[in-house]
Amino acid sequence: MSTSNPSFRGFEAVIGIEVHVQLKTDSKIFSADATTFDSADNENTSPVSVGMPGTLPVLNKKAIEYAIKTGLALGCNVRKKSVFSRKNYFYPDLPKGYQISQYDEPICEKGSIQFEVEGKSKTVGITRAHLEEDAGKSTHFGQYTLINYNRAGIPLLEIVSEPEIHSPAEAAEYCRSIRSIVRYLEVCDGNLEEGSLRCDCNVSVRKVGETKFGTKVELKNINSFRFVEKAVEYEIHRQIDAIENKEKIVQETRLYDPDKNRTFTMRTKEDAQDYRYFPDPDLLPIIVTDAQLSQIKKELPELPLIRAARFVKDMQLSTHDAHLLTEERDLADYFEATGKACNNSKAAANWIITELLRELNDAKLSVSQSKVNAKNLADLIAEVDKGTISGKIAKTVFKEMWDSGSTPADIIKTKGLVQVSDPGEIEKIVADVLAANPDQVAEFKAGKDKVLGFFVGAIMKASKGKANPGLVNEILMKKLKE
Amino acid sequence: MSDSKFNKDVIQKIANLARLQLTPEQANEFSEQLSKIILHFDEISSINTEGVEPLITPSEIEYTLREDSVKQNFHAEEMVANAPDKQGNLFKVPPVV
Repeated sequence: MSTSNPSFRGFEAVIGIEVHVQLKTDSKIFSADATTFDSADNENTSPVSVGMPGTLPVLNKKAIEYAIKTGLALGCNVRKKSVFSRKNYFYPDLPKGYQISQYDEPICEKGSIQFEVEGKSKTVGITRAHLEEDAGKSTHFGQYTLINYNRAGIPLLEIVSEPEIHSPAEAAEYCRSIRSIVRYLEVCDGNLEEGSLRCDCNVSVRKVGETKFGTKVELKNINSFRFVEKAVEYEIHRQIDAIENKEKIVQETRLYDPDKNRTFTMRTKEDAQDYRYFPDPDLLPIIVTDAQLSQIKKELPELPLIRAARFVKDMQLSTHDAHLLTEERDLADYFEATGKACNNSKAAANWIITELLRELNDAKLSVSQSKVNAKNLADLIAEVDKGTISGKIAKTVFKEMWDSGSTPADIIKTKGLVQVSDPGEIEKIVADVLAANPDQVAEFKAGKDKVLGFFVGAIMKASKGKANPGLVNEILMKKLKE
Repeated sequence: MSDSKFNKDVIQKIANLARLQLTPEQANEFSEQLSKIILHFDEISSINTEGVEPLITPSEIEYTLREDSVKQNFHAEEMVANAPDKQGNLFKVPPVV
């Protein structure tokens, strides 16, 4: 049944992932406290979010909207009626002694997500996506613990996958795709370092061919996609080592330590938690109407995978380039604007991927902060297409645009970079170069084609790179054959 | 049957989950009382409820929503004012790890 899954030393990995998505609302899910990340200690709190007796939760409209939006984008069924439940446990970062979450009637369920891994298409089922409130933040100091409730009550959408992920690369790509979608939908900023997207991976292994699941271990505290891949990879091999050494895998939660690239025990789950879920009597069921659903459906943006397919089909981009350009909505918008303005999408894709992304990465900037805007890049491509400058000179112009923020037209003019396409002028340069190098001319006549490169180089140098390369080749051949 | 459901171990487990400490006498007493309650629920469970939706709320009132707007009614100093222990504006609690 799973013969196509990658094998690790004769074992198969079974991975399910829970992604906690912090919804980008201004206020919390059940109170009007702010959700800003960098507020002073406990400044974003109120009697509701610190769980004072007698307070009541009032649901945030936007949190519901964002949950439905995400559910629809993941192809989920959205329940007409979903219920908030209390998940009961004692921990100081949870002031009420229970977390308001959803249990047997979550708002979204039974969806799927598709993405590319190493050139192959992969589909992973989404079991459910439910709304809940975030907990506070504890900082431990040995003798005591300090609690900040600014985060308590920030809306979370917990997206739970089916255990259909079978390699570290698939795990990382799954998480990347979830992030890409929630950012396209503008329901989450996707910042892993600030914890607005948290990926917990449930990993187990079993002998290839075995149908029963192995004991699963939950990996937490993974704050980059690269670490998702590394942590899962480490954990797969740790479990296989244990099994081969006849040790028992313990069901537990492990933390990933990126510095040591290993996972270590946080807590065992031997005494299975009993959360005693029950419907929260403080909140009425959420009712979603057909009208609301179709309205939100109408507002959904074109999603990355569909957009990439369109780029491949309509603009003849390679699948790889199309996926690269659609990972972020801003980048895809930038690409489309550039391609449209210069009427050359292929060139736009090449410029963005090879030049722009390199500069952006080096400067650690996002595309919206780019020093070269779409209009200017389109103008540059148009100058090449018109023959005003060569492709090679265009790279110099691009660098100058990035450094100075000037338009390509200004740079070409002030630096005198206009391409020489006057045959008379080029003929003169070619003649000079040939006259200066009689030995190489003789070699060519003796049948050594390789010296052509030498001539082209010398001619381009003599023209300061401005000679039209097509014309140079043509005139050079003509002259050599005279 | 219900007696065995609420033997001392079960009572102890429930007490632990609720962070309650019970004396053996209390455990016995509650075991009897809770068993009676559960017996009563067993009786209710014997009613045929096929085709009846589980009741989440007895009233048919519409749920209410808030617009997503921020209001600050309290500052951190006020929120931690009644805390048994604090450090700056953070709540201070016994060690949990």
